[in-house]
Amino acid sequence: MQRFILIAVPYAWLLALFLIPFVIVFKISLSDIALSIPPYAPILDDGIGPFFAALDFENFVFLTSDDLYWKAYVSSLRIAAISTAITLLVGYPIAYAMARAPEEWRPTLMMLVILPFWTSFLIRVYAWMGILSQEGFLNQFLLWLGVIGEPLTILNTTTAVYIGIVYTYLPFMILPIFAALDRLDGSLIEAAEDLGCSRLQAFWLVTIPLSKNGIVAGSFLVFIPALGEFVIPSLLGGSGTLMIGKVLWEEFFNNRDWPVASAVAVILLLILVIPIVLFQRNQQRQAEAET
Amino acid sequence: MTQTVFAPWDDPNEKPLIRFRGVTKRFGEFTAIDDLTLDIFEREFFALLGPSGCGKTTMMRMLAGFETPTSGTIELSGQDIAAVPPNKRAVNMMFQSYALFPHLSVYENIAFGLRRDKLPKAEIDARVLEMLKLTRLEKFARRKPHQISGGQRQRVALARSLAKAPKLLLLDEPLGALDAKLRQATQFELMDIQEKTGTTFVIVTHDQEEAMTVASRVAVMDEGRVMQVATPEKIYEAPNSVYVADFIGDVNIISGKARPAETGTFQLHWADAHAPFVAASDHAFSDGQACHLAIRPEKVAISSERPAEAENAVQGKVLDIAYLGNLSTYHVELSTGLILKAQTANTRRISRRSFTWEDPVWVSWTATAGVLLGQ
Repeated sequence: MQRFILIAVPYAWLLALFLIPFVIVFKISLSDIALSIPPYAPILDDGIGPFFAALDFENFVFLTSDDLYWKAYVSSLRIAAISTAITLLVGYPIAYAMARAPEEWRPTLMMLVILPFWTSFLIRVYAWMGILSQEGFLNQFLLWLGVIGEPLTILNTTTAVYIGIVYTYLPFMILPIFAALDRLDGSLIEAAEDLGCSRLQAFWLVTIPLSKNGIVAGSFLVFIPALGEFVIPSLLGGSGTLMIGKVLWEEFFNNRDWPVASAVAVILLLILVIPIVLFQRNQQRQAEAET
Repeated sequence: MTQTVFAPWDDPNEKPLIRFRGVTKRFGEFTAIDDLTLDIFEREFFALLGPSGCGKTTMMRMLAGFETPTSGTIELSGQDIAAVPPNKRAVNMMFQSYALFPHLSVYENIAFGLRRDKLPKAEIDARVLEMLKLTRLEKFARRKPHQISGGQRQRVALARSLAKAPKLLLLDEPLGALDAKLRQATQFELMDIQEKTGTTFVIVTHDQEEAMTVASRVAVMDEGRVMQVATPEKIYEAPNSVYVADFIGDVNIISGKARPAETGTFQLHWADAHAPFVAASDHAFSDGQACHLAIRPEKVAISSERPAEAENAVQGKVLDIAYLGNLSTYHVELSTGLILKAQTANTRRISRRSFTWEDPVWVSWTATAGVLLGQ
């Protein structure tokens, strides 16, 4: 009985905060747009029979008829994948340096990585607008250095979106890689060198494979939220940056087409389920390897 | 057929494989190795023995190339190796933690070093198989390190470090993680493998029994200095200092003043109320020089009557008895308060033991049983 209660708590949580909202969204995606409150039909007040009779997959069919949607999905996948790769390239050396730093420095360095979370995410993205704009700090600095003659256009481009995503999700990449590298036994590297590896070979043949789990975990932690990212592309990106999160927001709030927006969300969720399942499998395998 | 004794250190024509020449290693203020000079010969099984922090691991790490001496030179086959990085040395090391690569199978671990040399695949296969056979690991080739036992892991580490047929194999506390039984068996296995491969082994250990069992020569170290380098028998029977005598095995130390007696013997005046002890010594001591008699408990006899022909005998009472199964150590307190340990083999059942607590007894030994030490 006690065990049942213990398990029931997380299940109740999932039911209330994930499954029920999903069922509602899914239902809306099967509805038709209506000029009413709520802005879709049918609703349960119409009676059970007519209610189910009115549901159909029309909105999903509509999504295939317009290039915008699939292009937005593909573009989101590409932006998420490229940002994940950049985050990995930036994050790995940072995590490596942290793991190699003297013991007494590590808590401080860890703190510095987490510190940005103390400020609201939204405010930090707005701050980037101030840095990246035509008259922003970055352009002024580069002009002052004499590196450029004219201010660069960074804000409202895809580049700004990449900068925003990489900046925001960098800690999610650093922390799991750091955790993996921190556990790495230094004598393994010495053993590799002793057996004829150069420093670089030892890194490639021992350090990288042994931090693989951290790399995989970090990549998923960046890729999954980046795929559905809405705030960064809408604040830093321009009209040329097509991301599904932004399309979704526009369907909801500009077009007020809740059924189509819900269909977009359901598809996005289905796309996200794949990397989430892969991520869970990775975590599970890691846990098994440690026992 | 005469069997030649393996003793290259006594042969002045023999060239040592490793020469430490005035090697000093400092870590900031701390001196880990202090002006060390030492020769190690080919095919030797050389043990570095000492308490933790005595510098033995630092010496080994300098041989492997992970540390460089602050001053002095280390030569391997006549070449200064200070500038040679670890991956270019014909030296391999077996790590205390074994340092097996957890992501590679036993086979891949052993092949790791060979692959770095870009050997042909067939040659690697043959060599790995040979190593697996040598360490009796054929059945475990496909397993990952976490799927085998501690003893097997230890053998994988040994096989991996031997695979490249190094000139010199370094073993850092190789048996530290094994339990007593397995450890003994492995010690003999190590000696066997060393003999088969003809590799020079340098082993670091803090376990004196292990050093005595496996090594052809033992270097006893303390605070960055080598106190004595000799064969296990010499270290045990003829230690050159109280430190070495005390570090290796159990010993009674009786301090006093020396007085020359007949040729080759000295009297040790150790207490005013008692007759001096007689001890033979090759070293000369001046009249009245402070010295110490080191005598092993198993060389001290214990009896209820004063033995007639013993050169040294003194009375005391049994203070404590340590029963070790095969042996018993009696702690005998003399009238001066000095406690001497005497060890006897338990050839009879315990119920028939001759002495018990508080019994007055005589302890005795011959003039040649102990060693007279100046320091």
